[in-house]
Amino acid sequence: MARAVTPRRKAINSAVAWTLAILIFFPIFWTVLTSFKTEAQAIADPPLFFNFDWTLENYVTVQERSNYFRHFWNSVVISVGSTLLGVIIAVPAAWAMAFVPGKQTKNVLMWMLSTKMLPPVGVLVPIYLIFRNVGLLDTRTGLVIVLTLINLPIIVWMLYTYFREIPGEILEAARMDGATLRSEILYVLTPMAVPGIASTVLLNIILAWNEAFWTLNLTAANAAPLTAFIASYSSPEGLFYAKLSAASTMAIAPILIMGWFSQKQLVRGLTFGAVK
Amino acid sequence: MGQITLNKVTKSFGEVQVIPPLDLDINDGEFVVFVGPSGCGKSTLLRLIAGLEDVTSGDIVIDGTPATDLPPAKRRLAMVFQSYALYPHMSVRKNIAFPMKMAGVSQEEQQRRIDGAAKALNLTDYLDRRPGQLSGGQRQRVAIGRAIVREPAAFLFDEPLSNLDAALRVGMRLEISELHKRLETTMIYVTHDQVEAMTMADKIVVLRAGHIEQVGSPLELYRTPRNLFVAGFIGSPKMNLIEGAEAGKHGANTIGVRPEHVRVTETGPWSGVVGVSEHLGSDTFLHVHDTGLCDVMTVRAGGELNVHHGDRISLTPDTDKMHRFDAEGLRIA
Repeated sequence: MARAVTPRRKAINSAVAWTLAILIFFPIFWTVLTSFKTEAQAIADPPLFFNFDWTLENYVTVQERSNYFRHFWNSVVISVGSTLLGVIIAVPAAWAMAFVPGKQTKNVLMWMLSTKMLPPVGVLVPIYLIFRNVGLLDTRTGLVIVLTLINLPIIVWMLYTYFREIPGEILEAARMDGATLRSEILYVLTPMAVPGIASTVLLNIILAWNEAFWTLNLTAANAAPLTAFIASYSSPEGLFYAKLSAASTMAIAPILIMGWFSQKQLVRGLTFGAVK
Repeated sequence: MGQITLNKVTKSFGEVQVIPPLDLDINDGEFVVFVGPSGCGKSTLLRLIAGLEDVTSGDIVIDGTPATDLPPAKRRLAMVFQSYALYPHMSVRKNIAFPMKMAGVSQEEQQRRIDGAAKALNLTDYLDRRPGQLSGGQRQRVAIGRAIVREPAAFLFDEPLSNLDAALRVGMRLEISELHKRLETTMIYVTHDQVEAMTMADKIVVLRAGHIEQVGSPLELYRTPRNLFVAGFIGSPKMNLIEGAEAGKHGANTIGVRPEHVRVTETGPWSGVVGVSEHLGSDTFLHVHDTGLCDVMTVRAGGELNVHHGDRISLTPDTDKMHRFDAEGLRIA
């Protein structure tokens, strides 16, 4: 039964929702706004909203000083690379757990998830030493490997959930029709799970893009992605808010734009299976 | 060819044995129906033959070749599933072509077989649609089409009609029977509906708890059920089973009389009060209470019979068509 909503109630609901939305969005809005101010205007008291001289100077300075595009490219390679590698490993793993579960499947899934509860700093030293010894420090390959491992449990879990929604009889039909395991996964399972795989890929690109702990600790100059790019603006000479804001805006803009365009897919993927 | 032999086949899930040692011969070209109540193991047996489940022990031989360890695709069997199991992301054409694509059949040959199957199954106009755009009956036809083009040694049907409405079910039943007559390929058909079993089968295998209770032609099972279970399961409405003194008079522990073998007469050895009467036009089914013989006796009278709720009527059984069973429930010859 639909609940009756009075106009007054509706107005209150809208007001609360808008307040929350603005509160959440305000820091991003303020960062973007500050990036167009001079350093002096950025720390002006009282703060300036729109009544300042708009300038692109910070963006020019930031690009000149730190080569934004190199960091951007590193972020793209690391996030897309680790996500694709993760999906390639996770599809067969999730297939096995969803369609031929053993007695320990649930435990394995829980164990995989439990690794996400481990504080990363606990394994920083061993991983750092291993990376140093095998020459993976400050390489994009090294970061792709480590971010794949970090996000693999989430990828497996998400794909497992989507695969569970696919009727087993269809895969059995494929087996009767002469499909090998590879054909079964390639021609039947994967195309049917495309919405789920797409949202898994999107979410993991976002997670990998935003990952700061490993990207900061395992890189120096060559493989540094945008997280390191922002961090480099908290310098010992003091904080330059306008330039820091410009750097932050440039770092978050690509993923924000991608998230905006794919939000329908993301929401559909994340609520997949919630309603039959 | 489509000769299938099961030798001492068993299946256990963990500690539970769902198929005790079972022997069965299915001859080339036969239409065999596995029938039994839910959970009797009929679908499991079909899946063992298909190779979708591994046998725990015993052998399966298909056309003289040991098939126990062969994967499903290598057994030259095609299966039609209850849920149709069509590939939702492929068009009807691609669904039907899929097994041929997997087998590496040439494009021209694929096209020829698709056209043949589509024509035979009235699917020509739907070849470019997706399964989601088809009705239940059409989907079932696509599933059958996908099976036909493989030119298998035998077709396996797992309750293929249970998702269809009653009218469509009768139509599809006839289509499958006609297909069998035309192709003359072995078909194994699983159902819990004994009407389907009776109307379609050359040979019925009645199963209970993984055991084969009886194997025979529909009329053999109808006329000479081996035990009480088969007697009660085959025939619609069910056979009336009577125990006690009346059975003793006929030298049996239980006697069975089919509804069509009890007549409403002016006077007769049995009598009772009419409860519900079902008027089908061609027949009238009476559910008679207070006979002192069994709970409710079902009587089938040909044509329209003018009796009403609460009427007391006399009944006469055809004693020569009566079935007699001993204390173990086995038929007395």
